[in-house]
Amino acid sequence: MALSAQQIPRWFNSVKLSSFITATQLRKHFPRPGKTLLHGFSAQPQMSSGNYFLQWGFKTYRTSSLWNSSQSTNSSRQEIGSAQGTLLPSMNEQIQKTENIPSFDSELSLEALDDLPPVSPLQPVSEEEAVQIIADPALPPDTYTLRDYVDHSETLQKLVLLGVDLSKIEKHPDAANLLLRLDFEKDIKQILMFLKDLGIEDNQLGTYLTKNYAIFSEDLENLKTRVAYLQSKNFSKAHIAQMVRNAPFLLSFSVERLDNRLGFFQKELELSVKKTRDLVIRLPRLLTGSLEPVKENMKVYRLELGFKRNEIQHMITKVPKMLTANKRKLTETFDYVHNVMSIPHHLIVRFPQVFNTRLFKVKERHLFLTYLGRAQYDPVKPNYISLDKLVSVPDEIFCEEIAKASVQDFEKFLKTL
Amino acid sequence: MGSRGLARLHGLFAVYKPPGLKWKHVRDTVELQLLKGVNAGKAPAPEQRVRFLLGPVGDGEEKALTLTATSVPTLTNHPLVCGPACTSLKIGVGHRLDAQASGVLVLGVGHGRRLLTSMYNAHLTKDYTVRGLLGKATDDFCDEGRLVEKSTYDHVTREKLDRILALIQGSHQKALVMYSNLDLQTQEAYDMAVRGLIRPMNKSPMLVTAIQCIHFAPPEFLIQVQCMHETQKQLRRLVHEIGLELKTTAVCSQVRRTRDGFFTLDDALLRTHWDLQSIEDAIQAAAPRVAAELERSLGPGLGTQQLQGPGRPWDSRGPSSALGLESCAGHGQTPRLAGQWMDKNCS
Repeated sequence: MALSAQQIPRWFNSVKLSSFITATQLRKHFPRPGKTLLHGFSAQPQMSSGNYFLQWGFKTYRTSSLWNSSQSTNSSRQEIGSAQGTLLPSMNEQIQKTENIPSFDSELSLEALDDLPPVSPLQPVSEEEAVQIIADPALPPDTYTLRDYVDHSETLQKLVLLGVDLSKIEKHPDAANLLLRLDFEKDIKQILMFLKDLGIEDNQLGTYLTKNYAIFSEDLENLKTRVAYLQSKNFSKAHIAQMVRNAPFLLSFSVERLDNRLGFFQKELELSVKKTRDLVIRLPRLLTGSLEPVKENMKVYRLELGFKRNEIQHMITKVPKMLTANKRKLTETFDYVHNVMSIPHHLIVRFPQVFNTRLFKVKERHLFLTYLGRAQYDPVKPNYISLDKLVSVPDEIFCEEIAKASVQDFEKFLKTL
Repeated sequence: MGSRGLARLHGLFAVYKPPGLKWKHVRDTVELQLLKGVNAGKAPAPEQRVRFLLGPVGDGEEKALTLTATSVPTLTNHPLVCGPACTSLKIGVGHRLDAQASGVLVLGVGHGRRLLTSMYNAHLTKDYTVRGLLGKATDDFCDEGRLVEKSTYDHVTREKLDRILALIQGSHQKALVMYSNLDLQTQEAYDMAVRGLIRPMNKSPMLVTAIQCIHFAPPEFLIQVQCMHETQKQLRRLVHEIGLELKTTAVCSQVRRTRDGFFTLDDALLRTHWDLQSIEDAIQAAAPRVAAELERSLGPGLGTQQLQGPGRPWDSRGPSSALGLESCAGHGQTPRLAGQWMDKNCS
């Protein structure tokens, strides 16, 4: 039942057995279900020399059949490269564990294969052989989703079990290619251990990696240097962990860049070192985001809205998000609060949270209070309503305690606006 | 919850569009909130797939490995790999409201979108409360527009205003009859006209079926308008024209739709209620009324030529003085094809 030498297909020529990685010629042919020489698998090289050729042929059949299920042709590494990189290491281990492959490689020459005619697919096959045909559908060489590869790649499976959202990552084509080529044991594990040492919990790793998958391509030494730099600036370990969690790209910034940014904030806001540190711990995305909106917002506060420097500093330490707020929303909110509600600057400074709420909320509540006659924002007079009570409390508490009306009344009023 | 929630999400419901928001933003926000609700179901059970793997079969001596069918876990349909189950919902909008107007906005989701077309073809009337401000004229008839003219309004009294409004209603009544293509010489048509059951069932310019002043405190006044085939800008222009008729000027400060067909302010959902559960409940609550009204307006099957008896009430309340005419029943239906039937018979 052994195939005659004639029947080994010509395309074996191009298979370079010495390196399994580059089976570039396989791409030209549709991967046919190969046979498995199970006897050969059991690793007793009892064949005579005359059969070397066949065994090698069978072996490649088998290996190619294993590959059928794992990769097929990787002609054009377009959208997502084949999973070869990930699979071949593991496949190699599997193959090498069970067979002495190299012993056959060196003995056979590729030229001898040129004389062999191809095997015809219509040739009758015995029952045993038929049962041993592995005919898994081939992996697509390029696809738009990682769904096609997730069952064949251990790396991807382990990432999903960690909680990484592959559907978000695959929207960036480079990201998906990167993940497919990584090996869990070699690259990913070290970075994960590093992150765990930093203080990121297991259940937070998933969300972190979904945002910053590029950390896998960073050098571990660089990451350690950056953490050391942060520690040298007197950030405690817990604080560093919190910052990394809230701003996943923090560790992808070089030491120089981090230094520049910290310096920028210290100079621009003219705060003390401790206050800058607290600010950055509370809102670490200041370090990773763009600096232009911050510069623009500082100008808006000073020139357009007319706040003094110490007032701006006070507001920013209380509500750091004001530095990155949308300029148009800021001006609209301020215009309503200052001109329509007639609240002076010094009161707004005491309650900067009003810049962090939606404008419609402020408008609706103010109009309701005006309708009820309770819109009194001057702390000197009785029945004073402070701005933070106006914006920060949920609807039920606002209606009961501040407006002294029911939620149904509030809803009826809203339907008259 | 996911697939089950989606199965019940078909039908019409109304939301209250706040002023300052474009109708498209409202529709997109509602869609996002519904998607959040639909995708919030619990994670599906881990799936398995069948693979043929090499496994030892037979006695130890033979060492033969054959393919056996084994069930192995698969991650292909895990939500972290393929993303959320539902990424978009089909939501349609009925009669639109522009950015400054507020009020009842009818939305249709899923199969309910074809009911939106039926509602449009039923040509039902809508109620608005329009607030006007005397003494100013602007270029877009709105009080935030560019000021064009200012005038005095001391001479304006409630009687003058009521007279003007009655004139407007009378002229629009004539237009109503004209656009309904009814020959008033017949007895049935005359009966219907007397009872106020006529309305055009095809395209026509804006027609005001009823208009009344509810509140008058110069410079502000509040009128209630019942109209069809209108846009909010035409209503603001109406306020401007009322000002001109009163020999002064007026701008419109608020246009608010209180009823759209058979959806009233009570049915409209506020922003805090734009979530899956409330919308499903609203659809369920409105479904029987929608079906009944559309059947009355359009006939049991669309396109059947039936003359419905003149005994059905239609907008019989007329403009009432209460803000928000929620208490009325049986709005907006009239023998749909009356005009066309008459036409056929008379031709």
